[in-house]
Amino acid sequence: MDLLIALLLIVVKSLALLVVGLVLIAYYILLDRKVWAAVQLRRGPNVVGPWGVLQSFADMFKFLFKEPIIPDGANKGVFLIAPFLTATLALAAWAVIPVNDGWAVANLNVGILYIFAISSLGVYGIIMGGWASNSKYPFLAALRSAAQMVSYEVSIGFVIITVLLCAGSLNLNDIVRAQDTRWGLLGWYWLPLFPMFVIFFVSALAETNRPPFDLVEAESELVAGFMVEYSASQYLLFMLGEYVAIVTMCSLITVLFFGGWLPPVNVAPFTLVPGVVWFVLKVTWFFFLFAMVKAFVPRYRYDQLMRLGWKVFLPLSLTAVVVVAGVLEFLGKVAQ
Amino acid sequence: MTLATFFFYLFSIAMIASAVMVISARNPVHSVLFLILAFFNAAGLFLLTGAEFLAMILVVVYVGAVAVLFLFVVMMLDVDFTQLKQGFLQYLPVGALVGLIVLVELVAVVGAWTVAPEAALATPTPGHLSNTAALGMVLYTQYVYLFEAAGFVLLVAMIGAIVLTLHHRPNVRRQNIAAQNARTRASAIENKKVPSRAGV
Repeated sequence: MDLLIALLLIVVKSLALLVVGLVLIAYYILLDRKVWAAVQLRRGPNVVGPWGVLQSFADMFKFLFKEPIIPDGANKGVFLIAPFLTATLALAAWAVIPVNDGWAVANLNVGILYIFAISSLGVYGIIMGGWASNSKYPFLAALRSAAQMVSYEVSIGFVIITVLLCAGSLNLNDIVRAQDTRWGLLGWYWLPLFPMFVIFFVSALAETNRPPFDLVEAESELVAGFMVEYSASQYLLFMLGEYVAIVTMCSLITVLFFGGWLPPVNVAPFTLVPGVVWFVLKVTWFFFLFAMVKAFVPRYRYDQLMRLGWKVFLPLSLTAVVVVAGVLEFLGKVAQ
Repeated sequence: MTLATFFFYLFSIAMIASAVMVISARNPVHSVLFLILAFFNAAGLFLLTGAEFLAMILVVVYVGAVAVLFLFVVMMLDVDFTQLKQGFLQYLPVGALVGLIVLVELVAVVGAWTVAPEAALATPTPGHLSNTAALGMVLYTQYVYLFEAAGFVLLVAMIGAIVLTLHHRPNVRRQNIAAQNARTRASAIENKKVPSRAGV
């Protein structure tokens, strides 16, 4: 009986997180398009609902009611599984993200490793979709994305290690608590680990295939990349997975470097605001930064992308692991 | 039947089924995808035994990196696999031999529990530590030389792979990034007054 209640509780928690999260994503997509439009002096979506607030839902219904087309030579099973895999894996990563003190569906001891593992699986949706489409451009895009995501995962891993060294735990909840000092904003890890924060932000852009690293779907070279042959709800699932992964990365930056649910200043009016509000505000801020980068940074060339990953970020982050560990040992602040 | 037993059988059955599919699937890409599924279920089994760190590392390293590159290679290969599979059965004796040896070894390992329980007993995880912390405690102290040796072997393998595949082609134009970044406006742009009807 207890088991049943526990299971039921997990289902309810997951559903609540999913519903709130997906509605939030719908508005993040709108924000993305509005920011992009504003930078280019356009109005962006403004027809469906006041200021276009219902645009994402209109798009969703349009995709859902269209006919899914499967190309003739496609490998049908893999072609259909790929978008589901992308969306499911992207959503699964949310299970361990603490939106408030202890508010996570699963408070895993190896939470950060879990997210790292799940996000490293994200590439499979793209590879499978690209290969199963049986077409040139999707296949090239799949190969590009595989190389790109595997490269940037390495430096993301090292950056995470520096944070873990400071926090002394792999539990996301504990990582946020370790940043809870009386200095508020200045006690969060973005300040002592500033270079790592920059590397993580750029790598997160590359890992989620966002501009300027969206070589996977570079229009001028590859049409729409691995999504060329996809239509209707399969396309919707790919798009959803992509944006969910972006929000996951934003929340990961928030948790690792910007103190999760903690208020920026530890005085009265700020501490009274519920932690989840701070969390959503911070995630929204990083999503805004992602949107701004998309709006005004030109696309990288593929060899420059590889150079940045392997020849710049990898040595830098590897050195940082040694330096951070050395400094912590020297100051006697190694977490036990 | 407890929940753990249920999941044990779920993961094991899925793992064995996907392992069988790895060698019996017609399409090599499907084989690799089933291999990935098998890895994934193995990670599930690790989780059930409480080895959470090992489970996550298995997913990160094998599923997230090694299998991706493997899939990469298999997709790029232009080999007629139906032709390759013609002589499939002639490898059966070798395969059976390898399988037999692995089986005997597994029986020896599992059998040790009943033959000599004190020898096979693993050091239990300290109660107050999580699995990952306990691993970290011994990995960099007690087993530091073995750990370093493993790292060294990987380094040698990596350098070997690079040496084997790297060959400099003299005629390829390469971009000198440092020179590129060092360019200033003064060195890159030249303003010219072009008189009309005369050209540059």
